[in-house]
Amino acid sequence: MHVVKDLQSTNLLEVCMALTIVSQIFPREMIPAVLPLIEDKLQHSKEIIRKKAVLALYKFHLIAPNQVQHIHVKFRKALCDRDVGVMAASLHIYFRMIKENSSGYKDLTGSFVTILKQVVGGKLPVDFNYHSVPAPWLQIQLLRILGLLGKDDQRTSELMYDVLDESLRRAELNHNVTYAILFECVQTVYSIYPKTELLEKAAKCIGKFVLSPKINLKYLGLKALTYVIQQDPTLALQHQMTIIECLDHPDPIIKRETLELLYRITNAQNVTVIVQKMLEYLHQSKEEYIIVNLVGKIAELAEKYAPDNAWFIQTMNAVFSVGGDVMHPDISNNFLRLLAEGFDDEAEDQQLRLYAVQSYLTLLDVENVFYPQRFLQVMSWVLGEYSYLLDKEMVEEVITKLYKLLMNDSISSETKAWLIAAVTKLTSQIHSSNIVEKLIQEFTTSLDTCMRQHAFELKYLHKNMELMKSLLPVDKSCEDMMVDASLSFLDGFVAEGLSQGAAPYKPHHQRQEEKLSQEKGLNFEPYGLSFSSSGFTGRQSPAGISLGSDASANSAETGLKETNGLKLEGVKKLWGKEGYLPKKDHKTGDETEVSPAPQENMGMETIDQTLTTKDHSQVLTQSKEEKEKQLLASSLFVGLGSESAVNLLGRADTVSHKFRRKSKVKETKSEEASSAHNVTCSSFSPLPNAMYEEDYVTTLQDGGDKELEKLALGSELLASESLTELPLVEKLSDCSLSAPSLFADSDMEVFQPSPSTTASFAKEISLEASLLRETAECLHSDPTEICNNEIVSVSSSKIWKDDCLLMVWLVTNKSDSELKSANLEIFPAENFKLTEEPGSCLPATEAENTTTFQYNVQMEKPFTDANLCGFVNYQMMDTVCVQLEFSVNLSLLDFIRPLKISTEDFGKLWLSFANDVKQNVKMTDSEAGLPSTLKTLQQKLRLHVVDIIGNEGLLACQLLPSTPCLVHCRLYADVLALWFRSSCPSLPDYLLYQCQKVIEGS
Amino acid sequence: MIKFFLMVNKQGQTRLSKYYEHVEIHKRTLLETEVIKSCLSRSSDQCSFIEYKDFKLIYRQYAALFIVVGVNDTENEMAIYEFIHNFVEVLNEYFSRVSELDIMFNLDKVHMILDEMVLNGCIVETNRARILTPLLIIDKLSES
Repeated sequence: MHVVKDLQSTNLLEVCMALTIVSQIFPREMIPAVLPLIEDKLQHSKEIIRKKAVLALYKFHLIAPNQVQHIHVKFRKALCDRDVGVMAASLHIYFRMIKENSSGYKDLTGSFVTILKQVVGGKLPVDFNYHSVPAPWLQIQLLRILGLLGKDDQRTSELMYDVLDESLRRAELNHNVTYAILFECVQTVYSIYPKTELLEKAAKCIGKFVLSPKINLKYLGLKALTYVIQQDPTLALQHQMTIIECLDHPDPIIKRETLELLYRITNAQNVTVIVQKMLEYLHQSKEEYIIVNLVGKIAELAEKYAPDNAWFIQTMNAVFSVGGDVMHPDISNNFLRLLAEGFDDEAEDQQLRLYAVQSYLTLLDVENVFYPQRFLQVMSWVLGEYSYLLDKEMVEEVITKLYKLLMNDSISSETKAWLIAAVTKLTSQIHSSNIVEKLIQEFTTSLDTCMRQHAFELKYLHKNMELMKSLLPVDKSCEDMMVDASLSFLDGFVAEGLSQGAAPYKPHHQRQEEKLSQEKGLNFEPYGLSFSSSGFTGRQSPAGISLGSDASANSAETGLKETNGLKLEGVKKLWGKEGYLPKKDHKTGDETEVSPAPQENMGMETIDQTLTTKDHSQVLTQSKEEKEKQLLASSLFVGLGSESAVNLLGRADTVSHKFRRKSKVKETKSEEASSAHNVTCSSFSPLPNAMYEEDYVTTLQDGGDKELEKLALGSELLASESLTELPLVEKLSDCSLSAPSLFADSDMEVFQPSPSTTASFAKEISLEASLLRETAECLHSDPTEICNNEIVSVSSSKIWKDDCLLMVWLVTNKSDSELKSANLEIFPAENFKLTEEPGSCLPATEAENTTTFQYNVQMEKPFTDANLCGFVNYQMMDTVCVQLEFSVNLSLLDFIRPLKISTEDFGKLWLSFANDVKQNVKMTDSEAGLPSTLKTLQQKLRLHVVDIIGNEGLLACQLLPSTPCLVHCRLYADVLALWFRSSCPSLPDYLLYQCQKVIEGS
Repeated sequence: MIKFFLMVNKQGQTRLSKYYEHVEIHKRTLLETEVIKSCLSRSSDQCSFIEYKDFKLIYRQYAALFIVVGVNDTENEMAIYEFIHNFVEVLNEYFSRVSELDIMFNLDKVHMILDEMVLNGCIVETNRARILTPLLIIDKLSES
């Protein structure tokens, strides 16, 4: 391989080019081959080689982070390199790593600040200057990193205030690139923990941008304003006249950016004006992407802030007719669900539905207008469901309209399915109708099988009115319906089929597996072949073959109760995977241009007036025009001032959402939560103790999280079941979305522990000693010192319990005096969930004694390597409080536990996993044999040896809390073929890496 | 992140294209035509940043040649705008008064310069002297 040869060359140029190639195109599998060579190059005497080596490692980090995790130390070295270029190159890696996990790199904040200070202060060689600005792109990169590090972290942010201030001050040169730096500075200032002085300066900068005559700066200013406005809406007030001007800017890009800004400041008072502006822009633009994007935003705003029913329906009509078939299907789904589920007030709901029905009837009255298919589908559903709100005689008329549409050739067959479903629903409400008879006659002979099916259904239901009425009840689209998802009524049919010699049903994955193994029969690759014939006991067993209702046992568990009304059947195709519907086909050319805008005026007369007068006013005097703008401004920026006054820390969502979506699952969830609140609040304890409070909140959250997990699991299961259950799934996912925020809120509240908990706490504290003894039985690491000073020393130890990782910190007091309020705290880390184990909060540490702090660590999402940082603070007799920081490295391996299963279970599990990785590993000690190698793996990686059959071995483990991974290995001479399978995609890769290390190391 | 780097002339002919994210070959031509169309349609008093689909285009015109850079929305537009100028300054230094012809006939060298400056969608070097070092060594070697 040429690259390897070039990397070893003594010619600088060749090495240089080889490194450039490696960092551009390089296959993942080849990394181990060149990694040591590149690591060598980090020590090279030429800075260009060192720089390129760092960039190559960056590439590796991008494509296979696991493989370079052991060289993180070397990245730090690169960051401290004496050459600016090498240091700058390492920033790319750090930017990426910090973006993924900012808590692990807080200790580097000081270094980044120092570097930036040096760059800003002009300490770099002159050739790094660009138009006499020192290394602008480097400054920008550093500012971005600082922004990530300082986010929501006061202590870290405080370190960078000075340098940010200096950056803002220095960048006063009037050159484009300084504006780029300023822009980044402003963003950083608004991302980190706020400081008033800096915010003011940044706001002034934004003002300079926005008011600039240069259009590029104006754009940048608007972008910055859009960003900061979420934190400080009053800034929009300062620049309102500029914003109004930008709204009418000839450049559509500026206009669009302004709309984006307005979208962020929308509230219930200005929604009509802003949506009006957006619709205006929408009618002008032709690009599909813009339409999709804007339509989504309008729909969102309309749902959130609609002032009244009429406006809401009109706006949604505009959305549907413009967005039509390109918009996101969620918009129409949400709209229909909103109508169906309704709000708190039943009378209001009926009014809204009635209004929708009436407005659609008016729209359908207009001749020669073509509506998008999606819009017609929405109409037909609403008409089918809610026409009963009209007079009895009107229903017949509705059917006639639907029939007319059905006979229209330009309507897609999918929409026709919706239409006929609507007709079916309406038919059950009237006694007899000629139109229906005609329709049945027409479509029972239709060439479209789907339509013919619907027509026959209608025909037979029509004959049995009683059945039809019970099947299609009025206004019950949200009611629960019992469905026998296990299809047990088919058991007899299945049994009959089996007795006549039909093949039993096999689940999908089994069929696939069989097909695969058949293919493998022709494959001469020894590994695959032997695997399929070696035979796990579970493999050929008929465990997967099932009879009758067992086949759908899964669905029986979860799908028994469906919230979905059956009436939607036949039209559910819309929610299928196809996404967009086929484009509408027009017969005549001139009609295609007719904009399918709703014919009624938009129900916003008041605004229309201001706007139309505004148009006229252009011919009038300048002052008049100004006045109009002021008027528009006042309508746009209403509600931004005092009422939603500066709210820098948290964005309190004070606006009440008129169209709040109702979700039943969510409600029960919040009830649960509130009952939990009640329990805690009712038992008020007079002893305020911050530690206990925190603990309590964590446990509460803990419970919530588990609930959530369950729900998420359920929704996944459902998703895989079938598409008919989609609405239910949506609800569930809705719920899992809303619940975290619910618990986030609970953080704010102050909980008092109940007396009983305090009591149990005391008990547990006394049990602490025995707890420690208990832990001695589990596997644990020896305590290692992680930090110390002359008074205390902190060491940590990991205890690998069966169900969790227990971190124990031992704080030893080396002095003679007594320590007051010794306390240990762990910074919250992204990947972990920490639960304090009892016994961690003793009032004082006795002299010459050791205090233990225990934390239960749970992994929230898989990672390979992460740091857990924290600090110890204590108080000597009368001196000040001393704080000592430390960090502990945790690897995924700490969360791997043996999975004790039988060979048969192994076989079953093996088939159900989709992610697999295979690799051959050469054993250094070929004499060792399979059993001893597996033994090593068992000891070092905590894998469970399931079985050893000849020269094959089966291993199983699980990643806490419960992600299993299976390993199949086979020994040929001195090569061990490893085959991993797991339900988690990244786990096999990681385990392979660890196994390789163990085997090659042994 | 930079998604692609294009040099296109007013007639719509692509002089150089470099993608930092995989785009299928037949889609590239389509993308390039659309990109140049949207750049050409803009006048000089309009903003140099265009929102195109889910990413942004930043363009700068030098005589008949457009340099267009596509970035995602995490990028600082002005920094890229100035980066384009930096790139042109480097070309100018190397070719002494660069022209479209220089780029056409020395495409390999232009690519080398670009590779020194941008890797994996990140700006990795902006120091003019350092960008040109490897190229100058190669030139010296081929002379001797």
